[in-house]
Amino acid sequence: MKRIGDGAATRAGLIGLAVILTTLFLVIPLAGIFYQALVEGMAPFWQNLTSAFTAEAIGLTLLIALMTVPINLLFGIFLAWLVTRFTFPGRRLLQTLIDIPFAVSPVVAGLLYLLLYGRTGWLGSILSEHDIQLMFAWPGMVLVTVFVTCPFVARELIPLMQAQGSAEEEAGVTLGAGGWTLFRRITLPNIRWALVYGVILTNARAIGEFGAVSVVSGSIRGETINLPLQVELLYQDYNTVGAFTSAALLAALAIVTLVIKAVLEWHTHRREKTA
Amino acid sequence: MRARPARVLPGFSLSLGVTLLFVSLILLLPMTSLIGQLSSLSWSQYWAAITDPRLIASYRVTIGAALAASLFNALFGLLMAWVLARYTFPGKRILDALMDLPFALPTAVAGITLATLYSRNGAVGSLLEPLGIEVAYTWLGIALAMAFTSVPFVVRTVQPVLEDLPAQADEAALTLGASNIYAFRRVILPHIWPAVVTGTGLSFARSLGEFGAVIFIAGNMPYRTEVVSLMMATRLEEYDYAGAAAIASLVMLVSLLLLLAINLWQGRFYRRLHGGRH
Repeated sequence: MKRIGDGAATRAGLIGLAVILTTLFLVIPLAGIFYQALVEGMAPFWQNLTSAFTAEAIGLTLLIALMTVPINLLFGIFLAWLVTRFTFPGRRLLQTLIDIPFAVSPVVAGLLYLLLYGRTGWLGSILSEHDIQLMFAWPGMVLVTVFVTCPFVARELIPLMQAQGSAEEEAGVTLGAGGWTLFRRITLPNIRWALVYGVILTNARAIGEFGAVSVVSGSIRGETINLPLQVELLYQDYNTVGAFTSAALLAALAIVTLVIKAVLEWHTHRREKTA
Repeated sequence: MRARPARVLPGFSLSLGVTLLFVSLILLLPMTSLIGQLSSLSWSQYWAAITDPRLIASYRVTIGAALAASLFNALFGLLMAWVLARYTFPGKRILDALMDLPFALPTAVAGITLATLYSRNGAVGSLLEPLGIEVAYTWLGIALAMAFTSVPFVVRTVQPVLEDLPAQADEAALTLGASNIYAFRRVILPHIWPAVVTGTGLSFARSLGEFGAVIFIAGNMPYRTEVVSLMMATRLEEYDYAGAAAIASLVMLVSLLLLLAINLWQGRFYRRLHGGRH
């Protein structure tokens, strides 16, 4: 079966061009991160990697991800259930609202929270009377990260749950299943890969978020510096090897993310073919 | 089926409650503070805040670079989507996975890497310098960083559409004697161009707001290489919260309009694909 662009020369030319451009545009920068981290040998790389500063940054990064992912996982499931299983006025509006974090600059996200919870904000001034300070502290960083990453799980689930329809769940109800049983025995098995995928995306963004977090962090050493902020700080201090050491750590996590994603896609593809 | 079906499934009030609580606390509550901050400004103050000459220069830089970046991505994304959807070759899976790298890699990491590679004594910058091409600390560097961070949009919107295109369409065109280029232009392109436009629009929207990847390579020289996101961050650092809020309101308005336009466009496109049904 001959298709458009199947000529040997066209094929080879286009594949060649794609490989060359991808190498120049994506592979060289990726390799560059590890090269810059190791350019002065293993010793300084290892020293930076095991420094107390890096350990604190890793700790804060993990804390943010660990708090953000479950919150947005739960929210994503409830939202997807709501908009794909029921019709009600304002459903469209709700879906558009959820896309806001996806569309605006991360700096705007940070700014919105700074205006609300900062000293001058109406909520911030009430909270500070009770000695609660969210800005320039880790809770503020968690809040903005939740804001920035809230669409990811829902965006993965909604198209899938819409396509699957609710016939299986309705059958479950007829057979007398309660809400939790219904979710656990019917919905969850159907959506689990999309769910895992949404979690991976949320996690990757939560670990790597920079713009929003930098606005509300205040860069307090040992308290509010996560890995991406540490990368910036070391880079501005002309500590290139240090900056690229943390960058390499983040790049390694990115590669792990890509591998998991590729495996998941391969898995669902195979399932679709055998189904 | 037009009549509203009774709610058979459980969990309507619970999921509505959780969703509304979350949306109010996380999305709407912070917006009240933006409105509060803006209401402290008079119209003339607001106008002055968003038409500051240095800011206007940053509008120009941001929009120009975002346009260049999304045009590049339209072409690069189309090529990648085509190659990944149509051909099988060794290493394809790796190439496919690499397309998502810009989303997986933190923007600050992309930023310092591109700035280092393309600086005058960097690995790529030192090769370009004899040719008279300067990337770091110029407009071109900003466009490069924006293009890098928004690579996946066009690839991932066009790729599934190409994969769904039946082989018969190709065959019919070729059997009737069309040349490859003519068949591509007349058969494939009309089918995929709505997806190309959607992807390019998303890429443009993302580029307008990009911060982490851009600020390192931009050099941030007033009037020349400052982007709008940076101007907001600068206002905040100066504790000019009202000024920052004024810019943010404009940025949000533009992003929302863009998002709305893309959604409407996509809606029209899907209606056409599915023969008038929605």
